[in-house]
Amino acid sequence: MRRTVGALLRKELLVELRTLESVPGMSLFAVTTFVVFHFALNRNSVDGDLASGILWVTLLFAAILGINRLFVADAEEGGFDGFLLAPVDRSAMLVAKVLTLLAYLVVLEIVAVPAFALLLLGPSLGGAMPGLLVTLALGDIGVAVIGTLVAALAVQTRARDLLGPLLALPLLVPIVIGGARATSPLLALSHPTGAPARWLLTLGLYDLVFGLIAYALFDFLLED
Amino acid sequence: MGALLAELPALPLHTAGKYVAAAYVVAFAIVLIYVAIMGIRLSRIERELGELLQLTESSPEAPAERERESTPAYPMKGHT
Amino acid sequence: MYGKGLRALSIATVAAMALALALVFFYAPLEAEQGFLQKIFYLHVPLAIVALCGFVLGGLLAIQHLRTREARWDMRSYVAIHMSLIFAVATLITGSIWAKGSWGHWWVWSEPTLVSFLIVFLLYATYQPLRFAIEDPERQSRYASVFAVTAGAFVPLNFIAVRLSTAYLHPRVLGSTSNLPGPMALTFVVSLAAMALLFATLCKYELTAKHTRAQVRALRRRLTGETGAPIRRRSAAPSLQPTAASAGSATGSGA
Repeated sequence: MRRTVGALLRKELLVELRTLESVPGMSLFAVTTFVVFHFALNRNSVDGDLASGILWVTLLFAAILGINRLFVADAEEGGFDGFLLAPVDRSAMLVAKVLTLLAYLVVLEIVAVPAFALLLLGPSLGGAMPGLLVTLALGDIGVAVIGTLVAALAVQTRARDLLGPLLALPLLVPIVIGGARATSPLLALSHPTGAPARWLLTLGLYDLVFGLIAYALFDFLLED
Repeated sequence: MGALLAELPALPLHTAGKYVAAAYVVAFAIVLIYVAIMGIRLSRIERELGELLQLTESSPEAPAERERESTPAYPMKGHT
Repeated sequence: MYGKGLRALSIATVAAMALALALVFFYAPLEAEQGFLQKIFYLHVPLAIVALCGFVLGGLLAIQHLRTREARWDMRSYVAIHMSLIFAVATLITGSIWAKGSWGHWWVWSEPTLVSFLIVFLLYATYQPLRFAIEDPERQSRYASVFAVTAGAFVPLNFIAVRLSTAYLHPRVLGSTSNLPGPMALTFVVSLAAMALLFATLCKYELTAKHTRAQVRALRRRLTGETGAPIRRRSAAPSLQPTAASAGSATGSGA
């Protein structure tokens, strides 16, 4: 199982490095969205709830771009069939794709969070970093799990670019709730505090439950 | 009853009554719309069954004849 | 045979509904804060509870479909979700009317029930487009079942998450269902039972209608002597292949 996941993950990352389909687009989209927010909100700097919200919404919509493209190559070029022929555990594809999407999100955040700090964020990021990293990590896992499941559902339909986001966004609302609420005190202008444990716990539980559900259901999507 | 209502700080009965009535009317309307949709489907089924009944009465020999001709002595699976 | 218990069920629903309405308007006392407007509570909250349970039930039925691969479980899951969606819309509308009456706005973000219903509605509104977008019937049923299970698990989690997010901000606008005095609690329980019976009756009604239509189509195919698979238009609904077993009575052997 681990070898299969490793092989699949290596293939995904190699393909992405060679074609650069998803990650540059996602990162550019995030930075552009920050600019749009500046003009839309008519503000030079944001903090607290507003900053937290802008960050999470932008990350979410950039993630949707990656989710849309996650299984497209497999569906169009027979990747599913090739995988089904191999005598391996089918859940390996789920794990590999989740880790791939997670990797994309991490790279996205490496670009987007400093850009956000540069362009829009009022308070400095220094003290907030540990809490922010933990919150982003938990949120990323949830987005990756749900994104992979929804991408696998949508890729076989006729309107995959439309159905993917429509399915994903309601399912991701609790992650936005947890993530934004946890980040908001970190980015407060005066008296920034740590991320409340309650929201981190919510994020963690949500990730766990949906991880288990995705693991149980994914095989049914791969049959032919 | 009047004295009780005079004490309550909530909306007076004639405005509150409208909202309560609106909510119950909406629920009732939704159920009635469903009944109407089912009624349309029922009449469609009735019409189809009527046609099928006519089909059996008008030509009782023709379908049986057709079946005798088209069905081979030993029905083969997958043969069309 | 889907229509077997339908008469008894519908009579029970009518009786329960009549009793519930009588209790609401003649027995339950007026509430102190909201007065007569609070009567919507006996309509809105049972609708909400039944809709939520219906969505979870749709997920459970979908699990059964994935385990047995029988079309009838997919049909039941589809009908349960469809009916719950209608009940969810009714919940949103009645909740909105209640909010307008008591708070002055048609929508309030501080009422967690309404907010989580909006999210759940937005999610399940994609169920039918998802089904419609997959042409192969077997794959359509399978993917829809996966969606139904995911969404069914999502419903309680979403409820908890939204409730957590509003808990420490504002007091509940529309009041909670705990700590009800005796007569109100009785009225509420009867209303809830009546709404659940209504849901069951409408679902059974829908299943019977679908099955009847499938039987008529099968009869037409047999009478006109068509062979081979029928040309079906693309549809979002699962189809039942009626067999002699499912018809219940001895119709299959005689032809």
